Amino acid sequence: MLYAPPRPPTFEGMTNSSHTPPVSLTHLQRLEAESIHILREVVAECERPVMLYSVGKDSAVMLHLARKAFYPSPPPFPLLHVDTTWKFKAMYDLRDRMAAESGMELLVYKNPEAEARGINPFDHGALHTDMWKTEGLKQALDLHGFDAAFGGARRDEEKSRAKERVFSFRAAHHRWDPKQQRPELWNLYNARKAKGESIRVFPISNWTELDVWQYIQLEDIPIVPLYFAAPRPTVERDGMLLMVDDDRFRLKPGEVPVERSIRFRTLGCYPLTGAVESEAASLSSVIQEMLLTTTSERQGRAIDRDAGSASMEKKKQEGYF
Amino acid sequence: MATRTQESAYQVQDIIAEDIDAYLLQHQHKSLLRFITCGSVDDGKSTLIGRLLYDSKMIFEDQLAALESDSKKVGTQGGEIDFALLVDGLAAEREQGITIDVAYRYFSTEKRKFIVADTPGHEQYTRNMITGASTADLAVILVDARKGILTQTKRHSYLAHLIGIRHLVLAVNKMDLIGYDQATYDRIVADYAAFAESIGIAAFTPMPISGFKGDNITTSSAQTPWYDGPTLIDHLDTVTLDVSEDQAGAFRMPVQWVNRPNLDFRGFSGLVASGSIAPGDAVRVLPGGRTSTIARVVAFGGDLPRAVAGQSVTVTLADEIDCSRGDVIVAAESPPEAADQFEATIVWMADDAMLPGRPYWLKLATQTVTATVQQPKYQINVNTMERLAAKTLELNAIGVGNLSTDRPLVFEPYADNRQLGGFILVDKITNATVAAGMLHFSLRRAQNVHWQATDIGREAHASLKNQKAAVLWFTGLSGAGKSTIANRVEMKLARMNRHTFLLDGDNVRHGLNRDLGFTDADRVENIRRVGEVAKLMTDAGLIVITAFISPFRAEREMVRQMMAPGEFIEVHIDTPLAEAERRDVKGLYAKARAGKLANFTGIDSPYEAPANPEIRIDTTGMTPDEAADAIVAMLIP
Repeated sequence: MLYAPPRPPTFEGMTNSSHTPPVSLTHLQRLEAESIHILREVVAECERPVMLYSVGKDSAVMLHLARKAFYPSPPPFPLLHVDTTWKFKAMYDLRDRMAAESGMELLVYKNPEAEARGINPFDHGALHTDMWKTEGLKQALDLHGFDAAFGGARRDEEKSRAKERVFSFRAAHHRWDPKQQRPELWNLYNARKAKGESIRVFPISNWTELDVWQYIQLEDIPIVPLYFAAPRPTVERDGMLLMVDDDRFRLKPGEVPVERSIRFRTLGCYPLTGAVESEAASLSSVIQEMLLTTTSERQGRAIDRDAGSASMEKKKQEGYF
Repeated sequence: MATRTQESAYQVQDIIAEDIDAYLLQHQHKSLLRFITCGSVDDGKSTLIGRLLYDSKMIFEDQLAALESDSKKVGTQGGEIDFALLVDGLAAEREQGITIDVAYRYFSTEKRKFIVADTPGHEQYTRNMITGASTADLAVILVDARKGILTQTKRHSYLAHLIGIRHLVLAVNKMDLIGYDQATYDRIVADYAAFAESIGIAAFTPMPISGFKGDNITTSSAQTPWYDGPTLIDHLDTVTLDVSEDQAGAFRMPVQWVNRPNLDFRGFSGLVASGSIAPGDAVRVLPGGRTSTIARVVAFGGDLPRAVAGQSVTVTLADEIDCSRGDVIVAAESPPEAADQFEATIVWMADDAMLPGRPYWLKLATQTVTATVQQPKYQINVNTMERLAAKTLELNAIGVGNLSTDRPLVFEPYADNRQLGGFILVDKITNATVAAGMLHFSLRRAQNVHWQATDIGREAHASLKNQKAAVLWFTGLSGAGKSTIANRVEMKLARMNRHTFLLDGDNVRHGLNRDLGFTDADRVENIRRVGEVAKLMTDAGLIVITAFISPFRAEREMVRQMMAPGEFIEVHIDTPLAEAERRDVKGLYAKARAGKLANFTGIDSPYEAPANPEIRIDTTGMTPDEAADAIVAMLIP
C-alpha cells in the first residue's frame, strides 16, 4: 500500500499569483462546487424555494453549503422542519440554534390531523410515518406554495435513489414517476414546470456517507451530539437498541432502561431509530467506526423494513421525500 | 488473484484501525473522476461495476447477505455471487428485466473518488448514454471477448466521441471464457483501432479483463503474462482529469446569480467554466462588452487569492457595470464570440419528433433564449455513421442542422468548451427537456447581417394613417367561418377609413407558401412565415387580419412574441367540430373522412384551442355580421 506524504491542507487556502501551476481540486471541493451550483440554479430559476431541514448530518451539510453558496447574503429561502413531535430532544435544540446562526426563517409544520388524533409510533406503526412525515410534508408544501424543496438525500443511500435525478419533478399530488424523469446533461438543469407541479432538489446527490463525514470534519460543521457515543438510557426491542429520550417512551412489562454507551448513525423519531453500541466519542473515531463497520447506514431505520427492498421506491411514488 | 485483492483490502483496514487521522488526511486529498461504462447487458457491464464496488469495499454485510440470497434466487451465475444484482435498481425494471434510466454509483481508491454513470439500455440507449456521458471524463467500452467488435461497440464509441469524452478504455471482457487467449485479444484490439481511426478517435487504452473473475481490475492478472499495461484501477487512478485541462483555458464564468445583500455589496456568483482568476485580473462582461477588473474573490470564511475552473465562487468587480444572470464574465484579452445563428449537432430525446421552425427554450450555461431549429442538413445513423437525409429528428436520432436564437448567445464551440457549447432544448408547452445539442460554430450571415436603422419608424407609419397597428389573428377549425368573418371585419374597418390587409390561408398557400404541405413541420413553417409577413405589415402601420387554422398553441405564441406588447389579438372562431363538419363548405371533411386527405385538422391532426384568447366568437349563437361587429368594437372601442 503506497501512501503519499500528506500535503498541507489546501481546502480554501490557495496559492497566489496568476502564473501558478494548476491547482488540483480535491473530490470534496468538486462536490462542494457542484452542490453550490445546484443551490444557486434553483434560487435563480424558481419562485419560492424552501430547504427541508431534518436536523441530521446530511441536512447539516446541505445547510452549510447553502450558507457558503449565498455568502455574504443569508440563504434566500426559509428552512422547513416537518415535525413529528417525536424527534430526539437534542435535535430540536440544534435546529433552533442553527436557524438563529444562519439568519434564516425557520418554519415548523405539524400535521394538525396527526396531532388531533394523537398519532404516535407506539400505537400506529407505519401510519405514524405516513401521517406525520409524508402527509405533513405535502400539506406544508401546499400551505406555503413552495415550488422547489431542497432535500438532503444521497444516491448512495439506497438502490432506487441511485437513479433519481438531482431535479426530481412531482406532479400536482406530489407523486414521483420514475419513468418520466427529465434527462440531466452537463450541469444544465431544466427547472421549468407547470402550475401545481413542484420540484424536489437534491444538492448532495453525489456525496457518499464518507464524503459527508469528512466534510463535516474539515468544515467544522455543528451536528447533533447523538452522533457521538455517550452513556444513554436504552432498551433492546425487536433486535434494535432504542433510546429512552423522554417519559413518553412506553416500556413493556419487564423492560427496564439500561445505560449503554451508544451513538446513532442516522436520526429520526426516537422510538423508531436504532442505536449502535459504541465508544466513538470524536469525529475521527466515528468515521473510523463507519469505515470498519459492516452494515449499511439505513439498516438502523425501521422505515425501510416495512415491505422489502422496494419499499423506499413505493414510499417515494406516494410522495415521501 | 482473489487473495491479493483481499490482502490489500485488509491492509487498508489495518491503517484505518491503527491511524485513522493519517488515513483521513490522505483521503481529504483525493481527486474526483467521473466515468461511464458502455456495453449491452451481455457484455458484463453490471458485473464489472459490481466487482469495482465489491473490491473497493463499498458493499456492506447486510447488502452482501441480500446479494447472496438474490444470487441464488434470480442470479445468472449458477448460485455464485452475481455482481450484476448489486447495481440493479427500480422495482419496475427489476420485474420487467429492463433498466429505464441512468444510475450513478460511487466508489473510491486511495487516490480518487469515482462516480460511475451506468447507462444500460435497449431502445432508450442513445438518450441515456448521452446523458450519462455528458459529465464523464472517461468511457469504458466493454467488449465480450467471445464476440469481438459489434455494431453496438461502434455505436457506443461513436456516442462517447461525439459527446467529447477525451479518454476511452477498450475493456475486452470475459477473457476467462476464451482461456486468456492473446491472439484473440490482439485481433479485437486491431479491429477496434481501425474503426476508431475511421471515426476520428485519436487514442484509446485497451486492456484484457474479467469482471467476473477479477482479472486486471485491481491487480495484474497472472493469467495474462503477455499483457504489460495498467490494470483498470491503475488507469482510472492516473488518467488526466478534464477539470485540470480546463484550467489551462482562458477565464470564463457564466453568471448564475447576483448577490446583493445591501447597497454596499454587489457580487456575481457562478461556476468557473475554464481558466482561473485572481483579484486585479482584467475582465469583460459579455454580451455587453464593458470591461473592469476583479476586486475580490469572496468566500465564506475569508476571501480567496485565486479561483479556478471547477469552483463555484462569488466575485466583485472594481467598477459599477451592468452584469446579471446570463452574462458571462471572461478574460478581457480573449473574449468568446456572441452570435444568434449556429450550426449544431442535436440529439433528440423526446417522444414527439422535432418540429423545424417551432420555438423552443434553449438553455446554454446560464443563458436561456428562444431558439428555432431548421430542417436538419442530415441525420447520422449511429450504427453505420452514414449521413442520411432527414426532415425531422425522432426520439434518439442525432442530426446536424442550423438554429437561430432570438437574442445573441455568448458561446464557444463545444469542442473547445463543453460548458459554453453544450445546450438543452425545452418544449415551451410541456416543459420537457426534448434535446441536447452541441454548437459547432456561428454562421457567417449572423455576423454580417445587421439591422438597418430607418428614419421613419413604425410609430410614424401608423400615425400617418391615424391608427394603431394591430394583428387580428383568427384561429379555428377548417370551415369554422374564419375567412367569412375576417372579410366582414375588413369591410367594416375600411368603411371607418382604417388601413387594413387581410392575409388568407388559402391565398398565401398559392404564393409565398406554395412549397409547403400539411405535415406538422410544414404547418409550423407556414405560420412562421405568415407571422413574419404580418410583422412587416404592422411595421408599415397596418391593421393585419389573418385567417389561418393555425392549430398549434406554440406557433401562435411565437407570433405573439414577435409583435409589440398588446399588438397581437387572438380571435378564436369557436365552432364545434360536428358543426364545422356539417357545414363542410369546401367538401374537405368528406374527403378527409374518406381517407383521401391526410393530416386534416380535427380528423387526424390535432387542434389546440387557445386557453385565453383576447376574443372568443361562438358561431353557433351569432351571425357572421354580429361576430364582425363584436370584433370591431373590441379593436376600436
